[in-house]
This record gives sequence, structure tokens and C-alpha cells, in this order.
Amino acid sequence: MIRRRLANVFKYVFLFAAALLSIFPLLWMAVSATNSSVDVVTGRLLPGTYLLENFRKLAETHNIGLAMWNSFRNALAATAASLVVCSIAGYGFEIYYDKGKDFLMRILLLSMMIPFAAIMIPLFMMVGKMGLLNTTTAFVLPTVSTAFLIFLFRQSARYFPPDIIEAARLEGMSELGIFFRMYVPIMRSTYVTAGIITFMNAWNNYLWPLIIMQSKDSIVMPLLISNLIAGYVTDYGMVMLGVTLSVLPTVIIFLLLQNSFAEGILSSMR
Amino acid sequence: MGQVLTLKRRQNLIGWLFIVPASVLIFIFYFYPIVRAALLSFQTGVGVNLQYAGLFNYQRLLADNVLKTSITNVFIFLIIQVPVMLTLALILASLLNDPNLKFRGFFRTALFLPCATSLVSYAIVFRSLFALDGLVNFVLTSLNIVERPINWIGNPWTARALIIIALTWRWTGYNMVFYLAGLQNIDRSIYEAALIDGASGFTRFTRITVPLLKPIILLTSIMSTNGTLQLFDETMNLTNGGPANATLSVSQYIYRLSFQYSPRFGYAAAISFVIFVMVAVLSFIQMRVGDTR
Repeated sequence: MIRRRLANVFKYVFLFAAALLSIFPLLWMAVSATNSSVDVVTGRLLPGTYLLENFRKLAETHNIGLAMWNSFRNALAATAASLVVCSIAGYGFEIYYDKGKDFLMRILLLSMMIPFAAIMIPLFMMVGKMGLLNTTTAFVLPTVSTAFLIFLFRQSARYFPPDIIEAARLEGMSELGIFFRMYVPIMRSTYVTAGIITFMNAWNNYLWPLIIMQSKDSIVMPLLISNLIAGYVTDYGMVMLGVTLSVLPTVIIFLLLQNSFAEGILSSMR
Repeated sequence: MGQVLTLKRRQNLIGWLFIVPASVLIFIFYFYPIVRAALLSFQTGVGVNLQYAGLFNYQRLLADNVLKTSITNVFIFLIIQVPVMLTLALILASLLNDPNLKFRGFFRTALFLPCATSLVSYAIVFRSLFALDGLVNFVLTSLNIVERPINWIGNPWTARALIIIALTWRWTGYNMVFYLAGLQNIDRSIYEAALIDGASGFTRFTRITVPLLKPIILLTSIMSTNGTLQLFDETMNLTNGGPANATLSVSQYIYRLSFQYSPRFGYAAAISFVIFVMVAVLSFIQMRVGDTR
């Protein structure tokens, strides 16, 4: 009995320790954004009054507004384009199933085995040749269509009742009309899941913009915060404010839509 | 009858129209570039002035000590970090799977939260926490655990340890979510029967949880292997590959060759092909091992 109780206590201690270690770096980041660099270095763990001062320094030395705007624009464009292209394809693969399309799907799935590092040089050369360096189009193009999202939408189309399609056809609705007016509204939750995953990936993408966003005007958040630590002297308060701003949108999405987020991660399992 | 057939054919054609845009894009932005990378790997030159050079890049690759270092680094991360992280994720998931556990929602959210951060941002947070004048050293010296601050990113093994700590922090919760989902499919009565038979918590974990989750453990280990082989954001921003290339990853080496020094696209493409083959081979081995056990 005592042994079981002890085990129980140990279990909670372990879980609380793990949870604390998990949260602490982010908590420290947010708190440090409100403290001066000296306070951060001397181990201050309480919120301070330096938030505005840090923001002033950050805005003076880096174009944070532009980077935020570019990141939002790129991520939204990537998400919108991906959802349209991949969902219609996933729907097409499932609803108009035949052997030829099944074979094509198998081939498309092989693309998931290709590491980005293996294709980034040809991609860079292609985008350069098209004269698209520093543009949203270049940012979006390689990730518009992914086998993962097509597969996700194909799986969800499997649960789309065939009766609805038959009824709509009898009423004379076009095939495209059925997709947009029947499938899309019913599959809203799949779109939310796919949208979260795509937005987060685009927002957090670092290596691709590092290669193609070479002008000052096309800077995005991951590049900006990476630049913050480039100097010899690090202003921790300012750096942590920049990092906090860069994770704010994704953390908010996470806290509001945690279950959809988990669902999106898990969908690679099915 | 004829009309039905043409209707079917019409629908079939529309189906193809639905899938063509997405498929063409995948061919242009995945399959064409990998073929281009293969062709590039047989060429040499600076920038876009390239000429055919046969197997020259592959010969050079075999004698490249920096490449050897980067591959060794990636495998050190892989061999130490992936098992530690997956074991931890499994333990946490099986603890959270208890329906009577208090604060279950809080634990789940807290452990899952690191997944909401970008790789660059958490790398910078960890770099600051473990800086020479950072909080970790402040605590360690204040508590007299160490005499002088540890130069985490200045020594090869502490820098590697730092990468491993950071990776574990970011990805344990991610893998835990997979295990939690898998555990939900295990019939609770199996655990109850084992409990009646007097099986200890440890026995239940090793005899029920692990064997039943085997397919998911396999999936997560393939994903982690894949991710580690392509490591870039963290080594770039946390340690910048240093000190003396002790944490340089293969992806970062490719990046350096193509975009930081005078661009050697041909040679970089040869190395990128090596990553491609490593990812494919390791996934294949893991799948075979998972099948036979």
C-alpha cells in the first residue's frame, strides 16, 4: 500500500517536472522580453518594465513590421493556394477512383521521401531562371502541392456520403459545383486541420526563404530573428521580444485549436 | 446504355482535371528537381558555369573530411537523441493514458506546447539560456554546482549535448501525441487483467504497451530519423555548426557549399544525393526490422 502511494507521488512529481521543463523556456522568453539585457543575464524571472524600451530598440534596428507583414502574406498565400489545389485533387482521387488514378497517387506519395536539402539547389536555380527571387510566388510554389495534403483530403473524401453526390447530380449540379457547394462545407474540420498545418509550416519555414529572400524588402520573421543573434554583443531583452513576436501567432493558434493541431499531426499516421 | 457510358467517361475526365494541377506541380517541384540534382552531381564548376565531369564529385566526396565529420555528427545525434526522446515520450504517454490522472489536460497541453514554436525561435531561446552569461550558467554557478560558467557552445561535446537537449525538448511532446492516440486503441481490459494477475507497472509497460504500440513506434522512429538526417535550423542557429564543425549537419554543409562560399552546385548536389540515399535506406531498414521482430 505504501509502495503504491509512493509510486503515485513519484508519478506526479515526474509529470510536474516534465511539464515545467516543457513550459519554462517559453515562459522565460516571454518574461525576458519585458526585461533589460542586464536583468536577463542576472537571472531575473519576474516581468519587468522594459517592454517598450525593447520594442523601440528592435523597431529602430530591424524592420520588424515589414517582416511580420511579409511572413503573414507569404503564409496566407501558401495556405490558400495549398488548400484549393490539394483538396480538389484529394477529392478527385477518391470520388473518381480508377486504377490509373490510384497508380498516380502511389507515385505522388514517393515525393514524401525526397528531403528538401536534396532538391533545394535545383529549386533555387529554377526560381532564379524564372526571375522570381524575393517574391511570394517563389516562396509559395514548391509547397503548393504536397502529397501529404492530397492524401489527407483523399482520406476525408472517403467519408463523404455518395448519396449526396448522386442527389446533386440528379438535380443537375455540375461536378465542380458539387465539390464547392457540397464537399467543402461538409469537410470544414479537415480544412481547419490542413490549414493549421500548412500555415505553421509556411510561417516557420527558414531554409527556403534563407536562400531565395535576398533583398532587405523580402525579409521574413525566421530570417529576422536569426539575424538578431548575429552580432558580438547580444541584447537579450530585445532578442527575446523578437522571438516572442515570431512565435505569438503559432502559439495562439495552438492554444485555441489544440485538438485540430494534434489531429493534423496525427493524420500522417493514417 | 451508350449514354450511361459517355456520362461515366465524362465524369472520369473531370476527375482527371481535378487531379492534374496538383500532380503536375509535384512533378515540377519534387521529381524534376531530384532528377536535376542527379544530373548536377556529375558536373563541376562555379555558379551556373557547369561542365560534365563524370564521377569527379563522387571521388572528391569520398576524401572529404568535413563531409565525414558532418555525417558522424548527424549519426551521433541520431543514436543518442532518438532513443532517449522516444522512450521519454512513451513513458509520458502511458502515464497520461490513465483516465484517473489529475491535471491530465494541463500535462498534455504543457508537454505538447513546444510543438507550437518554430525551429529557429526555440534554437535562439536555447542559445540564450545556455549562453556563457545565460541563465543556466547563472543557476549552476550560484548553486556552486560548477565553479566557472560552462562554455556550452564552445566545446564539441557540450555543444552536441546542447543540440540533443534542445531537440528532445522540442520533439518529445510531438511523439507523445502519436503514442497517446495509439494507446486509445488498446482495450483497457487487457491492463485490468494484467493488474489482477499482479503485473507491475513496469511489466505492463514492457509486455503490453510497447508490443501493442510497435507499428507507431516504428513510424515515429522513421520520422525522427528522417528529421535528424535533415537537421538544419537548429545547428545553424544554436551552434552555427561549431565549434570546429563539431555540430555541423549534412544539410548545413550543403548550404555552406552552395550559398556561403563560392557556389559549388555540382559538388553540393552530389552530397544532397547522399542524404537522399541515406533517408531511403534507413527508412527501408527500419521497416524491415519492424516487420520481422
